[in-house]
Amino acid sequence: MSNLPADLKYTKTHEWVRDNGDGTVTVGITDHAQDALGDIVFVEAPESGRTVAAEDACAVVESVKAASDIYSPIAGEIVEGNAALADTPDAINTSPYGDGWIFRLTPADMGALDGLLDAAAYEQVVADES
Amino acid sequence: MALRTPLYAEHARLGARLVPFGGWDMPLHYGSQIEEHDAVREHAGMFDVSHMCPVDIEGPDAQAFLRRLLANDVAKLKTVGKALYSCMLNDSGGVVDDLIVYLRGPAGHYRLVVNAGTADKDLSWLESHRTGFDVEIRRRDDLAMIAVQGPQARELTATCLPREMADSALELALFHATECGGWFIARTGYTGEDGFEILLPADHAVDLWSVLLDAGVRPCGLGARDTLRLEAGMNLYGQDMGEDVGPLESGLEWTIAWEPAEREFIGRAALDELRASPERREFVGLLLTGRGVIRAHQTVLSNGREVGEITSGGFSPTLQRSIALARVAPGLGETCEVEIRGKPVPARIVKPPFVRHGRILIEP
Repeated sequence: MSNLPADLKYTKTHEWVRDNGDGTVTVGITDHAQDALGDIVFVEAPESGRTVAAEDACAVVESVKAASDIYSPIAGEIVEGNAALADTPDAINTSPYGDGWIFRLTPADMGALDGLLDAAAYEQVVADES
Repeated sequence: MALRTPLYAEHARLGARLVPFGGWDMPLHYGSQIEEHDAVREHAGMFDVSHMCPVDIEGPDAQAFLRRLLANDVAKLKTVGKALYSCMLNDSGGVVDDLIVYLRGPAGHYRLVVNAGTADKDLSWLESHRTGFDVEIRRRDDLAMIAVQGPQARELTATCLPREMADSALELALFHATECGGWFIARTGYTGEDGFEILLPADHAVDLWSVLLDAGVRPCGLGARDTLRLEAGMNLYGQDMGEDVGPLESGLEWTIAWEPAEREFIGRAALDELRASPERREFVGLLLTGRGVIRAHQTVLSNGREVGEITSGGFSPTLQRSIALARVAPGLGETCEVEIRGKPVPARIVKPPFVRHGRILIEP
């Protein structure tokens, strides 16, 4: 089974969300997602200042296999895209919940986090897919 | 139910990601496609290619038959063991399949190795054209095939073979094969590196695979095989060419034996017509100078105008950039754009191969 930190929130589209406690959240893709995609070779992270709605495609992750859209789990404004991924896209493979983070977001409504999946519910999503 | 090669259990044991390919369950990778790619460029890797189909063609008319069926000319094969790459064309000059043909005996014994997904079609095609030729066509499903590729591939493979076989394998010139006790060892491949392709009885495959593994040869999947062949500028059937696109528009003109002019191979008339046509599209390599990854079927643009299509594209681990093969209108010049996810991204037009024998052959 892949690594699923209990303190994160998840989406059906395989993003994770971390509440940074300072009014921002960090978003990346799950260990399961990076494993399914294979070696990541290119990331287009969103630019800061961009306003996104929930489920907006706002980043692209390309693996050796294919390109995948990354969706914003909740509405808000992009604070920062992970610029380091331009040179080290494989950080998503080696550290999906750490150096492989994709963007930070100021949610329009912090309460929207409650509508996301917890680790157990996401684990069920993954189990249902296979 | 997908077919399984004799090495299926080995792949599963090594943790391979298995995917359907040409009717078979095959390893895509064993963890990291890029590490496997690099292993072949720098050291040695091995591929289970048992899904590919050997077909033996024998009989008094075997040569005449293949001179009719193949666009390259098997009469060029003067010494036993010599190999030739060829397209097998349909009447309209499209490609039924691409294959390697070996001369096995002076009496006109040949062995073809054809693609997995096209094997049934190829066999019917061969059978339907045998009228008037005294030939025996035998599909060799009893053989497995392992490709060992990379700068260390030959040396390491030799340590895994019986002495006598190792000696004759190491003496092989490029594109030649040797046979011994039901084993068929060819100095050929699909990666742009030196190495062997070994055909052997299916029940010997696990033993050879295991000793190669112990010798330090890295198992590699179809993912690495695809990026290696793309860097090497080698075509993939069904993607870079197929039933509706022939050798003249897929960079394979070098495989057509136009001489002798009186040899009437299937597809020749259609090729003759296209050969001089001003409409004939070019087959080129592309190096992405902007950011992103080129994928098959994306559109090639020149000054905002649609001028062609990507046939194979991806990320090149050796160049650390995206590269592609594309079919484009003639006379484009040095640059173009590729439409990637709705945006035109600049690319340079280059002549494949991109990489051979571990060396980058194009200007970065």
